[in-house]
Amino acid sequence: MDFPILSWMIFIPLIGGMFILCTPKEMEKTVKGLALVFSFIPLVLAGMVYVNFNPKIADLQFVEKMLWIPAFNIHYHVGLDGLSISIFLLTALLTFLSILISCNITKRVKEYFILFLVLETGMLGVFVAMDLFLFYIFWEVVLLPMYFLIGVWGGARRRYAAIKFVLYTVIGSLVMLIGILCVYFTSTPHTMDIIELSKTCSFAREFQNIMFFLFFIGFAVKVPIWPFHTWLPDAHVEAPTAASVILAGILLKMGIYGFLRVSFPIFPDAAIYFAYPFAVLGVINIIYGACTAMAQNDLKKMIAYSSISHMGFCLIAMGALTVTGINGAVIQMFTHGAVTGSLFMLVGVIYDRAHTRNIDEFSGLWHRMPIYTGLMTVAVLASLGLPGLAGFIGEFICLMGSFVSTFSGFKLLAILSTSGVVITAVYLLWMMERVFWRELSPKWEHLIDIDKRELLAIIPLLIIIILIGICPKLLVDLMNVSTTQMIHEIMP
Amino acid sequence: MISNAWLIPAIPFIVFMIITFFGKRFRNFSSCLSIGGMLVSFLMSCMILKELVTGSQRCYEFSLPWFASGEFQMEMGMLIDPLSSIMLVVVTLVSSMVQIYSRGYLSTEKSIDFSRYYSFISLFTFSMLGLVLANNFVTIFCCWELVGLCSYLLIGFWHHKPSAAAAAKKAFIITRLADAGFLIGILCIGLYAGTFNFLSIEGLIHEGQISPQILTTMAILIFLGAMGKSAQFPFHTWLPDAMEGPTPVSALIHAATMVAAGVYLVARTYTMFDAGPNALLVVGYIGGFTAIFAASMGLCQNDIKRVLAYSTLSQLGYMMLALGVGGFTACMFHLTTHAFFKALLFLAAGSVIHAMHSNDIWDAGGLRKKMPITAIVFIIGSLAIAGVPPFAGFWSKEEVLMAAYSSGHMPLFILGEIGAFMTAFYMFRLCFVVFGGEMRKHDAHLHESPWVMTVPMCVLAFLAITAGFIDSPWMNHWFRSFVCFDGGHVAHHGGGHEGHHLVMAISLTTAGLGIFLAWLVYGIKAINLDFVKKTFVYKLLYGKYFFDEIYDTIIVKPFVELTKGSVKFDQLVIDGMVNGVANVTAGCGMLVRRIQTGLVQSYVLTMVVGLIILLVIWMWV
Repeated sequence: MDFPILSWMIFIPLIGGMFILCTPKEMEKTVKGLALVFSFIPLVLAGMVYVNFNPKIADLQFVEKMLWIPAFNIHYHVGLDGLSISIFLLTALLTFLSILISCNITKRVKEYFILFLVLETGMLGVFVAMDLFLFYIFWEVVLLPMYFLIGVWGGARRRYAAIKFVLYTVIGSLVMLIGILCVYFTSTPHTMDIIELSKTCSFAREFQNIMFFLFFIGFAVKVPIWPFHTWLPDAHVEAPTAASVILAGILLKMGIYGFLRVSFPIFPDAAIYFAYPFAVLGVINIIYGACTAMAQNDLKKMIAYSSISHMGFCLIAMGALTVTGINGAVIQMFTHGAVTGSLFMLVGVIYDRAHTRNIDEFSGLWHRMPIYTGLMTVAVLASLGLPGLAGFIGEFICLMGSFVSTFSGFKLLAILSTSGVVITAVYLLWMMERVFWRELSPKWEHLIDIDKRELLAIIPLLIIIILIGICPKLLVDLMNVSTTQMIHEIMP
Repeated sequence: MISNAWLIPAIPFIVFMIITFFGKRFRNFSSCLSIGGMLVSFLMSCMILKELVTGSQRCYEFSLPWFASGEFQMEMGMLIDPLSSIMLVVVTLVSSMVQIYSRGYLSTEKSIDFSRYYSFISLFTFSMLGLVLANNFVTIFCCWELVGLCSYLLIGFWHHKPSAAAAAKKAFIITRLADAGFLIGILCIGLYAGTFNFLSIEGLIHEGQISPQILTTMAILIFLGAMGKSAQFPFHTWLPDAMEGPTPVSALIHAATMVAAGVYLVARTYTMFDAGPNALLVVGYIGGFTAIFAASMGLCQNDIKRVLAYSTLSQLGYMMLALGVGGFTACMFHLTTHAFFKALLFLAAGSVIHAMHSNDIWDAGGLRKKMPITAIVFIIGSLAIAGVPPFAGFWSKEEVLMAAYSSGHMPLFILGEIGAFMTAFYMFRLCFVVFGGEMRKHDAHLHESPWVMTVPMCVLAFLAITAGFIDSPWMNHWFRSFVCFDGGHVAHHGGGHEGHHLVMAISLTTAGLGIFLAWLVYGIKAINLDFVKKTFVYKLLYGKYFFDEIYDTIIVKPFVELTKGSVKFDQLVIDGMVNGVANVTAGCGMLVRRIQTGLVQSYVLTMVVGLIILLVIWMWV
């Protein structure tokens, strides 16, 4: 296809941001309309990408490649394959829905939507960039809008949270930058092209290990991997609803995606070398995240820790280095994005009405908000991995992939991970019991059920969750060929 | 017809969707749709059973690919054989009776709750039917979890009651804990068998492709899941609490859906248990222990539904016991008859509760006069469960005990007989207290339940009388020739006549003794058992062996403390280090900042001093 669809998708939000920049800030409705339109166009294009994507091809599709900075052999190189397409499509969808759900903000409307659109450009770019330089630029582009979204539109401790977030990730990405430069200067000929690096260059084992470690710091902060995780709960608690959705739905996946796209293919020997630490950290993430989530009183904090727990499944599955494991990690990325995205939206809905998120202040909301309770139940069940909903598919394939790993000891790790599934059920159902079941407390007599706009933002995600749960083929088939080739190259 | 079997679970699922989205305000619409759909499913199940019985082929398999990942091909499929076809009929029949009955029982609920009830119960039946039909482990696990979900939603149907909310959560979490074992078992199967399909795995086992040790491990892991669902010791604590749900739900959970799923799972994967050494012994002893353990707790409960709950536990123990001693047919036979008489007992108990507005048996008394139909069917159910001939329970219990006896596992046989004695005693304790004697509460409004409730009870009562004949000599032991397990290592029991009369004599005596004792104590009050209430044993039994308290102390509380500890660790240690690094950096910055005063004089002074120091050093060196 000659039409550079990926570039259009990436840059249309940026163009939209510029349009909004030129709009007088009093015209809030126009601003919101523009933001919706300019995030909807990439969504339509994403639909076209999905239709035209050929899942039988392992290599990149929709490739655009041109020389950008000839002096350093840097290319503008974008493309999609099975690893990235699912999360790329989810990004387009979640951003649009986030913009929809944040149409009720009143503070600095114009700036908010500009930042959001810039954020979308960055995120979409990360998932298609095939040149480390380009990848790094998009990676950093994501950072700043998020910093402002938390720091300006956040809650009471927003400045602390925003600075913590930005310092953590900046330190992580600086270490990664060192790694990128090292890789560039060590490769012959000097190149930053991810595909070339992974297909042709083979680095010395020790060098690979060091590089893997440098990139690990950069990606681990984003995932986040224990013990680099403490920025996440703070950021979530303070961030506005839509920023939380994006943070949990997309930003965390950038870390996992980074491992899959950069670390594993370029440093295959190191990937094998670090398989155990990786999986052990995954198990720690799962159990530690779940235990910590259990004792939280703030709904958002609970879901934030549950994200840490769920990301652990990706880690152990990746460490297993099996086709099913990598599939599991990619699927878990997608399903967790959809599930946690909807959970954060739903928490936002209740926060808008009650102005609190403390679990022990609520009781019996089912009586006042039956539809909301139904939606929340679906999202919670998906999160605790109930078959028939998307969460189960991700977790099951991750566990299956780790269990069949050729590395000994992964069986034990997979068995330990199943405890995470149980604990997740415990804290989520306990939360449901305290918030929605039991008698209605008189304090919440005035609450009204979810409205149309909010429904419109949440229903698509729930439909995807159910659809993937019933028919996982739609998702698994997208990546199977690419992951098979990837594992074949790492472990010949 | 058989190729259209997918319609049987599909109908309740479609009903569930329709009611969920459109049925909120229309109570007649949703209940009639649900009942009608279920009756259609029931008729289709009967037709399938008939085709299997008359046709030459005994096993049909249909499947669709679900998804493929790496070396794994997942499928969604159906396996129709004698085992699943019998279960289909049982599930759809009990479910339709329960649904008809519920129209009367829940008539005072608001429309929205009424419709919610029918949508959940349709989903429940769908999941159970899916579970019954599943042809592979992944499908059965999916339906298995959905069954758990539906029981969660239905036990907590009255969600405003804190006790119901807690009971629902407890049921889900305990079964989920057990399911983790099941899940690990499935992972093992994926790794060692490479397929999840039942028939393929059976083939592999017959070829000897899987080592016996691994088979035992897998079988016990799967059995863990079954223990959770069938509430076997030590996962039994959720079932009595599940009585918080509406009584028809209890009937469905206890008779045909949730708890039967565990037994069915073991029966479905029996080849694995059979081929793995010792796996069946574990099943048998857990079942045998649960049979008397639960029966003993049932002896002194005062809540009519709780007594029935413990009797369910105990009967499930019998089924597991039967499986453990190789009585595959006996187990399925008992499962079938039990489904009918236990559903009947629960519905009759519901009828009492509906009239009395109380669960306490000591509030009732002499109800035979005001509620004759309920009294008769309840006594029929009690006779059936006690194993009195010619009621259904007699035939099936007889086969279970016979299997235990002829397998040579005498401890299991003795456990079974003790359990049978206790069952007879506590069931007739109920009968005499609730329906016998004089009325304790003179309530003018006390009346027999409406026909929507009594008709299903009568149908089930008829089955509780007659269902046993399907494996009687008069029908040439039809059942055991239809549902049987072939090709295993364990010898078949049930056909042998050796010791047959002895076993029958013993069990008739124990049942008779139990009933007689209950009559002496509660019927004519010839024996006063009040002194028992002061003894330690009574307190132990009444307190359910204090398992809830023990679990609370050794598992729940430490775990909650652990989670609090992990939060503290997170805040103090990890975040403390992060903030510490930040503070040190900021502190250094503050220190260094002092130097930058903005006064040119001090800069110059520093420069001069530095220069002098450098000069001195240079001169020295």
